[in-house]
Amino acid sequence: MTVRQISVFIENRAGRLEMIARLLGDAGINIRALSLADTSDFGILRLIVNRPADAEAMLRRHGFTLRMTEVVAVEVPDVPGGLAGVLSLLAAHQINVEYMYAFVEKTADKAVLVFRFNDSARAMDVLRGAGIRLLGEADILTK
Amino acid sequence: MPSSASRIFDPAAERLEPEKRRTLQLERLQTQLRRLYDGSHYYGEKMRAVGVRPQDIRGLEDLARLPFTEKEDLRRQYPYGAMTVPLADVVRLQASTGTTGRPIMVGYTRTDLEIWTQTVARILVAGGLSCDDIVQIAFGYGLFTGGFGLHQGAERVGATVIPVSSGNSERQVALMRDLGVTALVCTPSYALCLAEELERQGITKSDLRLRLGFFGGEFWSEIMRKQIQSRLGLLATDNYGLSEVMGPGVSGECLRQDGMHIAEDHFLCEVVDPETGDSLPDEAEGELVFTTLTRQASPVIRYRTRDRSRILTEPCPCGRTTRRMAKVTGRADDMLIIRGVNVFPSQVETVLLAFSEIRPHYELVVSRDGAMDQLEVRVEADGGLFSDRMGEMAALRDRLQRRLDSVLGLRVRLTLLEPGSLERVPGKARRVRDLRVW
Repeated sequence: MTVRQISVFIENRAGRLEMIARLLGDAGINIRALSLADTSDFGILRLIVNRPADAEAMLRRHGFTLRMTEVVAVEVPDVPGGLAGVLSLLAAHQINVEYMYAFVEKTADKAVLVFRFNDSARAMDVLRGAGIRLLGEADILTK
Repeated sequence: MPSSASRIFDPAAERLEPEKRRTLQLERLQTQLRRLYDGSHYYGEKMRAVGVRPQDIRGLEDLARLPFTEKEDLRRQYPYGAMTVPLADVVRLQASTGTTGRPIMVGYTRTDLEIWTQTVARILVAGGLSCDDIVQIAFGYGLFTGGFGLHQGAERVGATVIPVSSGNSERQVALMRDLGVTALVCTPSYALCLAEELERQGITKSDLRLRLGFFGGEFWSEIMRKQIQSRLGLLATDNYGLSEVMGPGVSGECLRQDGMHIAEDHFLCEVVDPETGDSLPDEAEGELVFTTLTRQASPVIRYRTRDRSRILTEPCPCGRTTRRMAKVTGRADDMLIIRGVNVFPSQVETVLLAFSEIRPHYELVVSRDGAMDQLEVRVEADGGLFSDRMGEMAALRDRLQRRLDSVLGLRVRLTLLEPGSLERVPGKARRVRDLRVW
């Protein structure tokens, strides 16, 4: 069970992030989570949106370089130590996290962790085995 | 400053009456063509392909009947295909700089080396060098002809030669001061770089004994000459050459600094229209084309240099009777010369294609940061040039950077851009922006 994430290449110059946010907003696409990784001259914007296919087509039409990637979303209680518990489980099984970011669900006392693993299948087995709930698109993209 | 009535290294050749020189050129050309027609598979085929025999060339005006030799033709003959003597007779190999994959290898027999040495000695003496000078050669020593060419010539003049080679400005400056260097040999941009290093170390002109500079290997303007002369306190002359023809020594300025005297007894110089290939009269600007008259191992017939210049015929008060070449003003193709290294946009394209299946959009921006030329390669990140993982992206960027550095032979600044950032022009894309001021 994975979730589609859109990664977009952006140059580090004023207004690029705003441009993407505006394009998505104008198209009525809601951003559920995002993370930005950057170097001195470029950045990678990662987005989870409610209509990934539409967002992908629209951004491509506007000429952006992007890639659709499957990421793993897990639900943890929104309490101190929630993230640490998942990370120590992964570390114990020597599963490498390529990158991750998190967002908080408004309606429940839950946080959602989004992971990119180099071996997603094994990571998901380990998480499921420990009774951690994996979220599908239906769980988080319904806004 | 040296007086403008300097010595002449080889008066018999350099002051030869123009009419006698033309006779000598024709004799040498005919001898060369007869030898190549029968003895060189490569040039023999070229002449047969256009149906020209050596006996058809009865005067210098018949030169235009001979086929051109292009850089690409010579590259295809790598390594030995265009050499016209047995390798046993070749005592030196050199190569053209900074070209994709295969360089153009050129060979020299003992006689070639001797003539090369003499032609360089001529331009050094023309620019004021004597046996009392201490010469610092800051050209690279290697396959590039600059280092060895100037070295041999300066030794022939009898000067004291310091073969420092290029790079390490701090050490260059220390040697320049400690050894009492009087003449500097390098590219004009490196001369400015050394001027900056001197200023950085607080060394002034009066701490030095510099009086002459011999600069070549790239284009430079009169403005740059003034700067170099005032900052280093020397008289700067321009010289020209390329390995496909011989190396440095093809032409060089005398102390009048008004056009480079061509060693016409060894190199026949024409100017042609770069588009049509038609011969142009003296004084008209066009592309320089050279035919070697005496070169044994790697002769060239009507070699197209892609360098733009014109031939000056007005007699020079220095007493030399040769025609002169004006400063090279640019290229007839898209080749760039950056810190003395030849760069073609196509080389960048070849590297990029290895990273991405799609044809990448890119541009080359050349600028001057202080004295040093900088090359920025701007590439739209697309297709194979993108990953959602930062580590992979950084590694990709580094690999591309290293590949560009090694293929181009100089350090470039690589910038990844969003698609669509570069201007799209219908037809031929504009790949180069040269922001340097000459």
